Amino acid sequence: MRYLPHSDHERAEMLGVIGASDIDALFSAVPKSALKNFELDLPDHSPEFLVEAHMRALANQNHAAGDGPFFVGAGAYRHHVPATVDHLIQRSEWLTAYTPYQPEISQGTLQMLFEFQTQVAKITGMDVANASLYDGSTGTAEAVLMARRLTRRNKVVLSGGLHPHYRDVVRAYLKDDPHLECLSPSPEGQGDILDHIDADTAAIVIQTPDFYGHLRNVEAAAKAAHDQGALLIVVITEVVSLGLLEAPGALGADIVVAEGQSIGNALNFGGPYLGLMATKKEFIRQMPGRLCGETVDADGNRGFVLTLSTREQHIRREKATSNICTNSGLCALAFSIHMGLLGEAGFVRLARLNHFNAIRLANALDGVPGVTVLNKTFFNEMTIRVTQPATALVERLAQRGILAGVPASRLLPGDPEVENLIILAATELTTEGDIAALCAALTEELA
Amino acid sequence: MSMNTQGRPTGVGTAGTSASGSALLPDEPLLFEIGDNEHSGVDLPDVDLATDRLGGFARKSKLDLAGLTEPEAMRHYVRLSRLNHSIDSGMYPLGSCTMKHNPRLNEKMARLPGFADIHPLQPVSTVQGALELMNQLSHWLMTLTNTAAVALSPKAGAHGELLGMMAIKAAQEAKGEAHRKIVLVPESAHGTNPATAAFLGYSVKPIPARDDGTVDVQAVKNALSSDVAAIMLTNPNTCGLFEPQVIEIAQAVHDAGAFFYCDGANFNAIMGVVRPGDLGIDAMHINLHKTFSTPHGGGGPGAGPVVLSEALAPFAPVPFVRKGKDGLEMVEHIEGEALGRVTAFHGQMGMYVRALTYMLSHGADGLAQAAEDAVLNANYVKAKLEHLFSVPFPDYPTMHEALFDDSFLKGTDISTLDFAKALIDEGFHPMTMYFPLVVHGAMLIEPTESESKQTLDHFCEVMAELANDAKAGNKERFTGAPMKAPRRRLDETRAARQPILKWERPADLPKAAE
Ligand SMILES: Cc1ncc(COP(=O)(O)O)c(C=O)c1O
Repeated sequence: MRYLPHSDHERAEMLGVIGASDIDALFSAVPKSALKNFELDLPDHSPEFLVEAHMRALANQNHAAGDGPFFVGAGAYRHHVPATVDHLIQRSEWLTAYTPYQPEISQGTLQMLFEFQTQVAKITGMDVANASLYDGSTGTAEAVLMARRLTRRNKVVLSGGLHPHYRDVVRAYLKDDPHLECLSPSPEGQGDILDHIDADTAAIVIQTPDFYGHLRNVEAAAKAAHDQGALLIVVITEVVSLGLLEAPGALGADIVVAEGQSIGNALNFGGPYLGLMATKKEFIRQMPGRLCGETVDADGNRGFVLTLSTREQHIRREKATSNICTNSGLCALAFSIHMGLLGEAGFVRLARLNHFNAIRLANALDGVPGVTVLNKTFFNEMTIRVTQPATALVERLAQRGILAGVPASRLLPGDPEVENLIILAATELTTEGDIAALCAALTEELA
Repeated sequence: MSMNTQGRPTGVGTAGTSASGSALLPDEPLLFEIGDNEHSGVDLPDVDLATDRLGGFARKSKLDLAGLTEPEAMRHYVRLSRLNHSIDSGMYPLGSCTMKHNPRLNEKMARLPGFADIHPLQPVSTVQGALELMNQLSHWLMTLTNTAAVALSPKAGAHGELLGMMAIKAAQEAKGEAHRKIVLVPESAHGTNPATAAFLGYSVKPIPARDDGTVDVQAVKNALSSDVAAIMLTNPNTCGLFEPQVIEIAQAVHDAGAFFYCDGANFNAIMGVVRPGDLGIDAMHINLHKTFSTPHGGGGPGAGPVVLSEALAPFAPVPFVRKGKDGLEMVEHIEGEALGRVTAFHGQMGMYVRALTYMLSHGADGLAQAAEDAVLNANYVKAKLEHLFSVPFPDYPTMHEALFDDSFLKGTDISTLDFAKALIDEGFHPMTMYFPLVVHGAMLIEPTESESKQTLDHFCEVMAELANDAKAGNKERFTGAPMKAPRRRLDETRAARQPILKWERPADLPKAAE
């Protein structure tokens, strides 16, 4: 087996040094009934080329986003990742290192995390960011719990514009909690969350751009929340929007959670992704996840370490702010490299290009008989109403090689209000040809 | 602060001591000290946005990001990378972390467009190969553990613990036993176990370890009651020992109406050799980033699928894959008792691809051989060092980890931490220190199956030499260590007292564009 260095001769020699008669002697604590008393219905080892053929055969059964016109978004976005990013993250020193618990020999990862935290703080307009969480959805649940600890209040209100999966994750984390209010889906961008805030409210959670693509008024939400002593959690599933939209921190957000996948990370069928979390300075001690901080070494040289770990499970155990241990380190690296390559100039241009293509898409869709664009405002994503059930329509378009977006009912099954709605995204990769192909196909299907 | 012509500070970090920067390991300034808001390494057209649809929410505040051109970025990140220790550059014997070889075939497969460039919400008819992959991975995990179901979606081990304990909570509620509010956790457990139980509102009742490092079935029985929802037990445990009474413990737990959550972080010691389902577990997470070689990536991402017994299978979360009339289906919604969804989308597909690639490469025979080699290596290290180091639990052969305590350092005024830091100067990553907590000054060494006999011999020679030197009173070698690393010991107290968590522009560092 190509991954195992020992020859049988060496194994025997080592057993001799140990003083064991055979390998089973080392498993003597295992109850006899449980040791190798089975046949496994699994194949034996395989050469590299056969494994590769097996995996390629599976991959070939999938329609890749790059195979044709593609408009699927709803929380995961197809953007271009520079070749440099993927090359760099595959360097051994990044890829095959552990969490930087030994800072003297982990300064690469630590400095990168410090830079990453700085980037995230800057784009969100917040004081501090952590070194990543699993993804945007679990980050949202963590933010809700953090807000409860900070306010010592229980009630939490989730906007109807929050991604339904995010809502479901918060629900699972707060199973059966009577203090959780989830407002009904708001495909038209309507919403009355401001009327649900009272003196028991720990936090309200709004998303912008919301699940349907509408831009939400963060400033008004912050004011309404703060008037009652509640916190505002702002969720962002398309982080590229921050190149063009005002930073939530500048509008009064208390905690910002974002899905960072769009920068540096491929679609990967949903994971691994990258949870970003940023907050105000005064809240850091209730923040979940790792934090990297600057310090000096014994010679007075600048260096970086993981810090404030008394918040974390390995020190505080049952009193920790979260149980998170492994996070999304390599995805954070990909984000940070891509953001470093973009820089301010590139990030803004990228956001503008996304918005530009989305406007093109909206204008083209507006001209298709049977299609209504619901959005007045959007960044790179919008919702349309069609004259037929959306799921079947999207399926027929897929058969034509066009991945036309997400039927809202895929995430909100059984809700008749959303049956004819499709959520579509455009990115820098969307071409005029893609849009023309989509509109032509829609025109035919809806005729 | 003095500046060079590119606005690069030449003060901090280039003081010129032996540890700070050398010919092949130059210190690297921060991205924000070398980049500015004009440079970019990405060519994008600047479009004309005559009208926008932003409804007045356009950005007014400054971004102030730093950009680098491509050659500058390449150098920045390559230089930074060289300040890291990694498995590929040397042994990484971090106990409990399973730092094994990460095959590059896994990386290549994960990057096939058919896996990397598919969207979690595109029609299921267009991703049948992805669903089939999830099915095959599930088959491997259930077969290796002899369990009834698996929930693939957790993002890492701790997330798997959360899911498993949520399933247990839901199952207890379904039985009408929501009053069970206690979870038993042995003192040797990893911090994520008590943190997870507390996260779900359980109170944690610790179970002390026996003198031999294992859990006493009698202690468990004494702690069990009609208020106990579950036990969270790691097996092989965090001392590197297989729990000899695990079957009896499972029996006692079930008899008391509780469930057995097994922390499967140490599955590498037994895969293909022992099936946890045969031991009576109800739920167990498997860290694909340990046992099945998906890379740790400097902290993540991981993946923590949870296998479930018949009793817990009905409480599995969405999503899961099942056979339908037109091929495979993805079940994304479920009514009733099930616990819902613990993450958006379908979990860590990129890790599934790598793990399945690894499993197919090894096969059932190779996985069993890997487990045996991992156990062989740990016992070999233990055998070669036990005359110089102190073994807290000598009664059983160890599994995949060799555990020492610090009593061999008594009288030397050298701590476990000092000893571990001296190992850095010899080119090794330190072992896990001060964990498990039940052992004083613990040193937990997990060589994994990836280390050759030659490497192990070298490691043991170095360890022995260090132990002798410590006992000989050469204290400075330890308390001053590391001396040859990119940094000397870092001031963690200062980092925590006056947290500096992001770069701030120094007053005398102007923005290039202004
Ligand atoms: C024994 C044990 N349990 C649980 C975990 C948590 O796993 P993860 O880091 O994947 O969340 C670890 C990881 O270090 C561990 O060693």
